[in-house]
Amino acid sequence: MSEPLDPECLPIRSTLDVVTARHAARELCERLGFGKADQTRLATAVSELARNVIQYAGEGRCLIEDGSDDRQRCIRVRIEDQGPGIRDLQQALTDGYSTSGGLGAGLPGTRRLVDEFQIESAPGSTRVTIALIKRR
Amino acid sequence: MRIPILQLDRILLVSIQVDLTDNDAMQFQSDLVERVAAIEALGVAIDITALDVVDSYMARVINDTANMVRLLGAEVVICGIQPFVALTLIEMGRGLLGADCAFNLGQALEMLKGRIAKRGDTRFVGDEDV
Repeated sequence: MSEPLDPECLPIRSTLDVVTARHAARELCERLGFGKADQTRLATAVSELARNVIQYAGEGRCLIEDGSDDRQRCIRVRIEDQGPGIRDLQQALTDGYSTSGGLGAGLPGTRRLVDEFQIESAPGSTRVTIALIKRR
Repeated sequence: MRIPILQLDRILLVSIQVDLTDNDAMQFQSDLVERVAAIEALGVAIDITALDVVDSYMARVINDTANMVRLLGAEVVICGIQPFVALTLIEMGRGLLGADCAFNLGQALEMLKGRIAKRGDTRFVGDEDV
């Protein structure tokens, strides 16, 4: 396998950037040899998270990186913003809960699509890190 | 980016060929609803073969659009959902996409015609002698 690629940092300011971010995630996913199902999972997860950034924080950024090593292939995406934060994380991760009139499938649904899911949130800073991992 | 809406007698065909931004999606929704009302369409087929990502927002737009079209009095069928999109939608959560589905546009048209005939709508002028 080749050297890990440099992380890619994409701004998220408009819904067009949501499309760009999920394209970039899918592309790297494909390059790292993940299958079509995983590519679609990751692209959809990134789309959900980037959309949250636009909706709740207005803007933020998306970091896509190759975290592979000898034992596993790994693609990691970090999406962060300086928005108001999520008041009740527990609740936000519950199916069917939404403060925006959505379906409430966003965060819990996203979590089900990926192998790793971490979320930290406080007023002024929200950061979600997701990863797909496959053993070599 | 506007999605073209094709008309075949009293049936409308829409094929979403590009990745829609949210604004495109809303534009599509209002264009389609307006068009359905304008020609009093009997059926609408929405083809999403080209969509390789359907997140919960897009699923909602498609669902809402289908329900709006139904409220106006037309039948609606979604077709061409990619296998990996189906997989992802179900993994994310049940009930994200509730409209009736078909494999492809041809099958969607057959379904629409069948339903329109079943509900006894004589307004439909099909290609065969209905």
